[in-house]
Amino acid sequence: MSSPEWKNPVIKWVDSRLPVFSMMHHSTAGYPTPRNLNYLWNFGSLALTCLIVMVLTGFFLAMNYTPHVDLAFDSVERIMRDVNYGWLLRYLHMNGASMFFIVVYIHIFRGFYYGSYKGPREILWILGVVIMLLMMGTAFMGYVLPWGQMSLWGATVITNLFSAFPIVGDFIVTLLWGGFSVDNPTLNRFYAIHYLLPFVLFAVVGLHLWALHTSKSSNPLGIEAKLPEDSIPFHPYYTIKDLFGMGVFFIFFLYFVFWAPNFFGEPDNYIPANPMVTPAHIVPEWYFLPYYAILRAITFDIFIIPAKLGGVIAMFASILVWVALPWLDGSKVRSAKFRPIFKWFFWVLLADFIFLGYLGKMPAEQPYVIMSQLATAYYFAHFFVILPLLGKLEKTAQLPESISSAVLKKSEDA
Amino acid sequence: MRKLILAAVAALTLSMGTAHASGGEYHPELMKQTWSFDGIFGRYDQKQLRRGYQIYEEVCSSCHSLRLVAYRNLAALGFTEDEIKEIAAEKEINLPHGPDGSLLNDDDEFYTRPAKPSDRFVPPYANDAAAVDANSALPPDLSLMAKARIGGPDYVYSFLMGNPEEVPEEIAHQKGFTPNEDKTFNLYFPGYNSSMPNQITDELVEYEDGTAPTAKQHAQDIVAFLNWAAEPELDERKSMGLKVMLFLILLTAMLYALKRKIWANVKH
Repeated sequence: MSSPEWKNPVIKWVDSRLPVFSMMHHSTAGYPTPRNLNYLWNFGSLALTCLIVMVLTGFFLAMNYTPHVDLAFDSVERIMRDVNYGWLLRYLHMNGASMFFIVVYIHIFRGFYYGSYKGPREILWILGVVIMLLMMGTAFMGYVLPWGQMSLWGATVITNLFSAFPIVGDFIVTLLWGGFSVDNPTLNRFYAIHYLLPFVLFAVVGLHLWALHTSKSSNPLGIEAKLPEDSIPFHPYYTIKDLFGMGVFFIFFLYFVFWAPNFFGEPDNYIPANPMVTPAHIVPEWYFLPYYAILRAITFDIFIIPAKLGGVIAMFASILVWVALPWLDGSKVRSAKFRPIFKWFFWVLLADFIFLGYLGKMPAEQPYVIMSQLATAYYFAHFFVILPLLGKLEKTAQLPESISSAVLKKSEDA
Repeated sequence: MRKLILAAVAALTLSMGTAHASGGEYHPELMKQTWSFDGIFGRYDQKQLRRGYQIYEEVCSSCHSLRLVAYRNLAALGFTEDEIKEIAAEKEINLPHGPDGSLLNDDDEFYTRPAKPSDRFVPPYANDAAAVDANSALPPDLSLMAKARIGGPDYVYSFLMGNPEEVPEEIAHQKGFTPNEDKTFNLYFPGYNSSMPNQITDELVEYEDGTAPTAKQHAQDIVAFLNWAAEPELDERKSMGLKVMLFLILLTAMLYALKRKIWANVKH
């Protein structure tokens, strides 16, 4: 769509030198969006909302936080007790992290279901995986900052994983720690990185949106918009729909902030970090639990790979496999709507992922170990066996002519 | 089918959750209490907090610190400024420097002055080592106790009330259980052997407001006070929540109406 003729002379003057107004027009009223997006397509804008909430609250928290092992815990409690609305800022930030992951998980699984990762959106999808990895790094380091028991011991367990890598492992761990155990230098560098990564996130989100605006949104039917009547302008249709979604989201989010602020947290993190006392169960935050289960599932050596390294590789692979997803899934049809068998496997994968999350919270003993192993095996089988086979074997349903014909037919039937 | 899978997962999760609480060690269900600060409309009961403060002051504070709470915070319990000054002034605070911040001479150990409302609660011992020395173990600081245990206030209540005379059968026969004469058997404490003797008895303190001094009453009052110490913002948080929610629900309803209006002519 072409740029409008700007009538206001000031806007015209600015726009001919720096086309910000044209750009804003292009990405709103001039941005064609499929007319049939359902509410699952709200979660992209919700994720950006979360990022903004996190950056804003984090900025004010940083003004009052002290990154030192002797002072960090008390500085957080000072925020909770003495800083004006400090408790609100901190509970927004703490629960905001969980909300961010809830939103992003729904966003990702929506992509799985509707095949949003398929061409021409591979780069859009891979940038999403990069965003997820950056989020995980940021969240992990942020959890260390209050310097409670789970901060210290979670950091100890996770950083130690890197020692599994041959030759460079110990070097990486020392580099992460800034010394020979998780201590003050670790806290300092984690704080610095925790403040840096959100800016990197913003940059990658920018690329993600750029890729999106190039290939345009996918949609529940999984067919490209071809006819003019397949699409509607983003503004006002999706701006208002996104705003309504944000209203619902904030009701959900703020319920936890005001009435159950520690629902997602571990009580142990209200005990100041103590290197001499190990907590009975060291568990990561809920959003890491599925990967934690996969990590612990590898209890056996695989040829020359020792169990610990195998676990670490499996854990990283469980996310990195998403990068290869556009090529592992060979089906020409995107949406699960027209893939009668894939649809079932999607729900089994989701159940498997949730089950892995449950196993991540359980102690590393039987029967949980064998269950983790089976669930992990299934997880990888989904990507490496089931999807490629389905691409060849599945008989998909007839795709509609166009988005508009399907939509109009549906509304006639109704 | 989709619902069936989800239901199966949920059922599995629930059934396994109860069987394996607390990593294999058997502990009875927590004694769940009804707290005035429960729920969406929950608020602290100021009278109860004052009774709890009295118990902390007369009983707990001889061993346990409350280092994150300041005397000025007692205003939330309805104490006047003068009363708070008096309460603080009864305590002595030891500082490693003089009143003007200057370092002390070598022969002076501390500069001692009466506590002020701006001071945090003065701890019973000079440091952790002194606390361990005076007790068989370190009595933990209680500032955050009510949210530092799974179950929160219900756990603290159960712990305080969890010292039966006899060890129950199912625990006595559990492998790994070793009775310890020097410790106190506690139903809820990890490992069952607590260094804290039973404190909660009938008529532990004499309440100024005439409330019946039963053991249960005492335990509820001290736990309510400790919950306030851990979450002093609770009243403000919950009342702000109601206003924010009312606003958000109205706003969201209007956004929905607007969305319907804008989309009225678009088939989708």
